[in-house]
Amino acid sequence: MRAGTKILTPAEILGFVVLALLIFAVFPIALDIFRLNLVGKYLTYAFVAIGLVLCWGAGGILSLGQGVFFGLGGYCMAMFLKLEASTPEATAIQSTPGIPDFMDWNQLTALPIWWEPFNSFAFTLFAVVAVPTAFAFLIGLAMFKRRVGGVYFAIITQAFAAILTILIIGRQGYTGGVNGITDLRTLLGWDIRTDDAKYVLYFVNGVLLFVCLFAAMAIKKSKLGRLLIALRDQEDRVRFSGYDVANFKIFVFCVGAAMAAVGGAMFTLQVGFMSPSFVGIVPSIEMVIFCAVGGRHSILGAVYGALLVNWAKTTFSEAFPELWLFAMGALFISVVLLFPNGLAGLYATYVAPNVDTLINRLRPNSRAGTPKDIVAQGSPAE
Amino acid sequence: MTKNTRNGPSGLNASRRQVLLGGAALTASLFAPNGLLAADYPTDQVNTTGLAVTDDTVTIGILHSVTGTMAISETGSVQAEKLAISQINDMGGVLGRKIDFIQEDGASDWPTFAEKAKKLLVNDKVASVMGCWTSASRKAVLPVFEQYNGFLYYPTFYEGLEQSPNVIYTGQEATQQIIAGIDWVVQNHGAEKFYLLGSDYIWPRTSNKIARKHIDKLGLKVVGEEYYPLGHTQFNSVINKIKLRKPDVIYAIVVGGSNVAFYKQLKAAGIDMTAEDPMLLTISVTEDEIRGIGGENIVGAYAAMKYFQSLDNKNNVEFVAAFKEMWGEDMVIGDVTQAAYLGPWLWKAACEKAGSFDVDKIREASPGIELHTAPEGYVRIHENHHLWSKTRIGRARLDGQYDVVYETAELMEPDPFPEGYQ
Amino acid sequence: MFDGYTMSELGAIFAMQGFAGLILFSVFVLMALGLAIIFGQMGVINMAHGEFMILGAYVTYLCSTFFETYLPSIFGIYFFIAMILAFLASGALGMLVEWGLIRHLYRRPLDTLLATWGLSLILQQTYRSVFGAREVGVTIPNWMLGSLPLTDMIEVPINGLFVMALAVSIAAAVYVMIFRSKWGRQVRAVTQNRVMAGAVGINTERTDRLTFGIGCGVAGVAGAAFTMIGSTGPTAGQLYIVDTFLVVVFGGAASLLGTIASAFSISQAQSIMEFFLSGSMAKVLTLLVVVGILMLRPQGLFALKVRK
Repeated sequence: MRAGTKILTPAEILGFVVLALLIFAVFPIALDIFRLNLVGKYLTYAFVAIGLVLCWGAGGILSLGQGVFFGLGGYCMAMFLKLEASTPEATAIQSTPGIPDFMDWNQLTALPIWWEPFNSFAFTLFAVVAVPTAFAFLIGLAMFKRRVGGVYFAIITQAFAAILTILIIGRQGYTGGVNGITDLRTLLGWDIRTDDAKYVLYFVNGVLLFVCLFAAMAIKKSKLGRLLIALRDQEDRVRFSGYDVANFKIFVFCVGAAMAAVGGAMFTLQVGFMSPSFVGIVPSIEMVIFCAVGGRHSILGAVYGALLVNWAKTTFSEAFPELWLFAMGALFISVVLLFPNGLAGLYATYVAPNVDTLINRLRPNSRAGTPKDIVAQGSPAE
Repeated sequence: MTKNTRNGPSGLNASRRQVLLGGAALTASLFAPNGLLAADYPTDQVNTTGLAVTDDTVTIGILHSVTGTMAISETGSVQAEKLAISQINDMGGVLGRKIDFIQEDGASDWPTFAEKAKKLLVNDKVASVMGCWTSASRKAVLPVFEQYNGFLYYPTFYEGLEQSPNVIYTGQEATQQIIAGIDWVVQNHGAEKFYLLGSDYIWPRTSNKIARKHIDKLGLKVVGEEYYPLGHTQFNSVINKIKLRKPDVIYAIVVGGSNVAFYKQLKAAGIDMTAEDPMLLTISVTEDEIRGIGGENIVGAYAAMKYFQSLDNKNNVEFVAAFKEMWGEDMVIGDVTQAAYLGPWLWKAACEKAGSFDVDKIREASPGIELHTAPEGYVRIHENHHLWSKTRIGRARLDGQYDVVYETAELMEPDPFPEGYQ
Repeated sequence: MFDGYTMSELGAIFAMQGFAGLILFSVFVLMALGLAIIFGQMGVINMAHGEFMILGAYVTYLCSTFFETYLPSIFGIYFFIAMILAFLASGALGMLVEWGLIRHLYRRPLDTLLATWGLSLILQQTYRSVFGAREVGVTIPNWMLGSLPLTDMIEVPINGLFVMALAVSIAAAVYVMIFRSKWGRQVRAVTQNRVMAGAVGINTERTDRLTFGIGCGVAGVAGAAFTMIGSTGPTAGQLYIVDTFLVVVFGGAASLLGTIASAFSISQAQSIMEFFLSGSMAKVLTLLVVVGILMLRPQGLFALKVRK
């Protein structure tokens, strides 16, 4: 097993190339802009799923609060866009022109001070990543330093998702409440609602996704990645070997949060609004299922998982609106019972051997590409 | 189904036919009882913007949640819209074309609403959409409708503060529900102290804001104002506070599952609404909600709405009968269900006034459209795309229906941006 | 905020507020006991717990309709029969689920979370298909409505008393079952060391199934009781899930006493804060305090095992 290899194996390179072809060529050519925009939306969930592969698949940390980070990233972006849309001219009918409409409805007469920095695009870009990451750092610091893990961690992150939802809904003068921040129009003067803009955003989203994919792959292939797997399986032994386990967990949790936040920001840009319904418990659990369907140990699988589940959700709900919950439920159960390694597991079992034969035939001198790679990493010790 | 009703043996036959025709009466002559002929309205003239209109059919969209938490509320609207469509088809359709509909599920999820709205407008090219229920879903689809120039009929009473050229609001905006209701309790019951209570989101908060301003204007007192998260199920603390502050009126805008918990616990705490000490006035409990709450838990409460199932007029008697025949005897019809029923009829009237399905022409034709056949009575579309309608006060009965105890003499003017209430 | 009230009024209010806290406490105990058995003893994260409760509520609804139509003479006592049927129905479904789903996952607790979440979606849709999307109204016998006036100001809701009595008796029953019965010993043995328990002749499979079934059955009874104070609809179960898990975790997952202590402290905190703050903020503060304490004391209030 050459898990420590820093260079990608041919099979992995092939996987990246196929995904790149799919995202940058096949989808844009085959789908109209409406469907492509949907795919773009699905892919924003893939950011979260990749982060979860690192946290959960590799590190054994199951977070049921990824919606919090997704939402915080999305809200930071939405705040900037909303301020841009709320020019004094556009909001002239309000009693206080120049502030977002929902503030005016709630008798706010001036922009709250913590909204002010979001007038700056540079600050917004910084905040999109920094705010959720800092929050994740605080949670991680408090929890992992005290060696809270497993189920407890999952439930506490779930409580955070509940708290943040209630707060956002309850403080509607500052956050837009249950309606969220809506009617976002332009980014630095560029209309994000046109078809052309949707194309551009789709490709930006794709590029960012690949940045995250490579980053995740680098982490997994590094010494840190191997340590994560080690501490997932035998935390005490890692600790006794002299490593400060908590720091690694905090780090990977922060990375997962940052990725989720980028996804959230891209979601806001492509969908055109942000609302508390992406922050709560239900979306957070759905994000975990994207990761589980793709294969919790496979970074590329996470992308396919997010695509497949969301595509199925859209299709089922179009074809059988009253039955799609059955299908979703069955999907959850069958993934856990029958395919614990998800799509990636199926791939490793049925497709990978053939691919490897092919690669080896093309490059007879290569020893690379062990077909059992994913499976070998994929025996969680929970 | 509805066809059978119309051809039934009773003497109702003639009147029903007239009623069903009412929507078309603006343009249809009495000599064309089955509506207009498609041949008089060539497709290339009534549809210049590429909508889904053929020589025989016109397609519209229905966009509500049939899954998720909002399915509870939205089912009635879907049923009412389907009933209206089938009745319109039975009398010959719109501009001689049968209405086909494509139903999409918003799944109680706002981006899904936006997604499906876009699908309906871009892929299916529907001529109009009947849909949405919560404000959040409407806010989510609004940019889509404005961008692709769709036309939405939105049935729910809501907080106002909105007026889109692409939406007809068939429910009441906040002032229509609130002001007349408060005036009534003040004039008829001498109420002086109010306790405002609601679920924590925009509609109850905005409505209570208007209520508070109005109470202030009348020189009366608000002794408490409080909000609980959606889905909250424990109200004993606030009930204690109510007992402490002794208001004359509990003004409650609690929604969803919280509603059930609130009224059950209110009753259990010994607050007897039939004794009116204090009295309870709500704008969020329709007959639909009472089914979950249980009539015995809310009997004696007052509700300010524009429609109650028990309204005694010819239009409504026939509407209720048709609704029950189509969907079952045990159906109840609430305010929003009736407002949803108006959607297809108002759209039909607008199409016939404009002589076209084009959205721009329908928008132009809509203000001023009157509907004499509405179950709630007569309604008219205002310049601001809301409906003129009456406000009525109902008192909850043990069997889950309301007795109408008061109705405004005139139609209330819709005022989505009320001066002095913001 | 107390201006203009007499001492006797204030006294009455505090008495009633204390009572409101006790009702909330009973509600939490009922919600959490079933989960304390399933999660605390077996380590299964049952996200469908709320749906098992709602099954109990629907059974109560069916009973109320049945008795109203066919046996109106004994309608007054149908509630007790409904609770027994609710226990049996939820328990039976629980055992079925254990057999079909949970027993394959004992070594993967986080996976039970996903699988039971899927189960909860399926159950919700089933309820919606069978009973309709709208909430159903459960008719409560007249003697359980209303309140007992103690003084002019203090009134005690009867359904609150009923919920409290039920919570106490179920807690006692669960305590006896776990700590005083043969089955309880077996359950504890299996939880602590599955292999050894099997080696000394305990039928671990049967014990697991029975334990899961009883946990779900208790949830069903809680659901039946909640028809008196809450709503019965396909998605009503989800409202309870976060609170329930927090109560169990806060108490220290493996400790029944801890569950009860944590239900008590959370309910009192929430009910006191609700009186001084607005409802939403009280909820947020309560959750924050609970999470904060859990961060300082991750093992919960009463716990045997400290860390995972």
